[in-house]
Amino acid sequence: MKKSYVRPLDIRRGHVDLGHGAGGKASAQLIEELFLPALDNPFLRAGDDAAVLPFGMPRELSSTAAESPAGELVTACDGHVVSPIFFPGGDLGCLAVHGTVNDVAMLGARPLYLTASFILEEGFPLADLQRIVQSMGHAAREAGVPVVAGDTKVVERGKGDGVFISTCGIGWRPAGVRIDGRQARVGDAILLSGPIGDHGVAVLSTRESLSFETTLQSDTAALHTLVQAMLAVAADGIHVLRDPTRGGLATTLNEIARQSAVGMRISEAAIPVRPEVEAACELLGLDPLYVANEGKLIAICAAEVADAVLAAMRAHPLGREAAHIGRVIEDAHRFVQMDTRFSGRRVVDWLSGEQLPRIC
Amino acid sequence: MKYIDEFRDGQLAQHLSERIAAEVRPAHHYRLMEFCGGHTHAIARYGVIDLLPANVRMIHGPGCPVCVLPIGRVDMAIELALEHGVILCTYGDTLRVPASAEMSLMKAKARGGDIRMVYSAADALDLARRHPERQVVFFAIGFETTTPPTALVLRQAAREALPNFSVMCNHVLTPPAIRAILDGAEAEETAEIEGFVGPAHVSIVIGSDPYAHFAREYRKPVVIAGFEPLDVLQAILMLVRQINEGRAEVENEFTRAVTPQGNPAAQAVMAEVFTVRDSFEWRGLGSVPRSALRIRDEYAHFDAEQRFHLGYRSVPDHKACECGAILRGVKEPRDCRIFGTVCTPENPVGSCMVSSEGSCAAYYTYGRFRDIPVVAA
Repeated sequence: MKKSYVRPLDIRRGHVDLGHGAGGKASAQLIEELFLPALDNPFLRAGDDAAVLPFGMPRELSSTAAESPAGELVTACDGHVVSPIFFPGGDLGCLAVHGTVNDVAMLGARPLYLTASFILEEGFPLADLQRIVQSMGHAAREAGVPVVAGDTKVVERGKGDGVFISTCGIGWRPAGVRIDGRQARVGDAILLSGPIGDHGVAVLSTRESLSFETTLQSDTAALHTLVQAMLAVAADGIHVLRDPTRGGLATTLNEIARQSAVGMRISEAAIPVRPEVEAACELLGLDPLYVANEGKLIAICAAEVADAVLAAMRAHPLGREAAHIGRVIEDAHRFVQMDTRFSGRRVVDWLSGEQLPRIC
Repeated sequence: MKYIDEFRDGQLAQHLSERIAAEVRPAHHYRLMEFCGGHTHAIARYGVIDLLPANVRMIHGPGCPVCVLPIGRVDMAIELALEHGVILCTYGDTLRVPASAEMSLMKAKARGGDIRMVYSAADALDLARRHPERQVVFFAIGFETTTPPTALVLRQAAREALPNFSVMCNHVLTPPAIRAILDGAEAEETAEIEGFVGPAHVSIVIGSDPYAHFAREYRKPVVIAGFEPLDVLQAILMLVRQINEGRAEVENEFTRAVTPQGNPAAQAVMAEVFTVRDSFEWRGLGSVPRSALRIRDEYAHFDAEQRFHLGYRSVPDHKACECGAILRGVKEPRDCRIFGTVCTPENPVGSCMVSSEGSCAAYYTYGRFRDIPVVAA
């Protein structure tokens, strides 16, 4: 195998294309070559979906040498631009709450507060805005994480796509918890909290150019109580948690493999996919491994605690269909490999650009 | 999923794999070509190679519509979008095909071209109806599979006398491409191939009869197969048997969909709207006589090439790109210097890296681990 080499971003002549927002390799490259160099610091460099911050007053501002409390701050922010705004099983409002709550929870933290920033396009119906914000309020109350600050800007007609929402979340993590994308170890078990692809297919089913009938609902949900239930049975054994949103299960596993410098081996037969999702993907030429989820998590944990964690997941309403899908292996190439149901083997690569349907 | 899972059954696959292993002659090297990108994709996605003995080699043919689309045709589409300001509609994968000057339709879209992905030719027609003030062009690509739907929308546009809809036709034909490969093999420009896994969806349209010529004149067995992985394994077993027995026949594994005559209604509408071009340039194969379709003079009004006075300019492939040799089966992806380094699915240099049906992309996306030591299960 030749040494891997990635062609650098062509910043002088290049333009943002939709692939840069799809959550795959192009998104990762944009972050690494454009955002990171400009904003570089150890928190960003960790490469997780949220950042862990030291808790307490910075030493130089503190007049007394107060002891720092036992814990850390975790913060995450997330922009939400789903089209259509209302989809089966949810809408932009609840998604904006769930997405950020989940990013904070995936570092093992308890989400505490949210802020929200709205960019509205001139002409957007107030009734729709109210529906979105009420849904946000409902999701925030249900999660027990209040929206404590906000901002609204309006752009001229044609300069936005109805409404964009950015949310920021803050959470607290007790001292001693070490869960992030760099902690996967060879031999660890890979667990998945439920069937993949529900959100992506539910959203696709309502796109104007594609409408098809399905009873499928988005899986959008706040996962922090599931995380707490898992931590309760194995606080030390859980190494990585992440929600496989854009780019799907495949891309998320690749991100973790790269961060932790390991390979992964998963089993296709063990990955739960609803028949409706499988059928829609079959028809549209998509692969469920790359379809977005908004209410699922991947847990990578020590093999000894895998059964206990899996049992805790299955006992929680959001993890009833949880499954043990594979394990972490040694691999200098950081490949995610999959044993197919057909008893062959293949690489499961990053999403490249946007997932586009095949022609034949 | 009913009617799908049956054709992906791992146990049946093991059984077929054992049969193939038992029946191959150990000293013989079987070189089989799957013509279609759909088969290439199935082989890679399900790991079919792992179920074949080492002396059965699959050569990935040129039957991937985006892979054989030459740079010059994509340049014409970009010209339509950026210079003529049309709404350009096309199928998904086409957006990433590399064109001249490091462009692609995806990049042209980022520069302001109104380029839209459609799932069906009918969606393009619908866009034209909804935007009477704009010119809408459907950039039509594909083999005989995607040709009848293009023919139908052209006929419909003519019936409605839609003034703002036209088609840029890049439809190509399967049998002339197979002939080009076989003639190339005689001239030693192409790999020696012993038998073909014949197209699935193409054959539903054209039937199995058009392949009889290859079995008869070139003495090559052809087994038409469906796109599911068990279809492919079964077809390989049937080819191994024909080769072992010295037969060269057209056999049909895909009887659940393919008949000898194909689909006469689809053939009729194609013949009504299209006629054969004298010659067409294919990536990898060069100019192949009578290998593609153009819009008939009766429908010239709906031909984007005429409406916008587009001229074709042939553009050579990137110097280091081996797509041509790979499409002809004489090289494998890893023989290419830029495979997996400069040329990746994010930045495809050659068209074989664009679609997951292309051999480079299929190999890159699904098969790279074959180059590294296997980790024990």
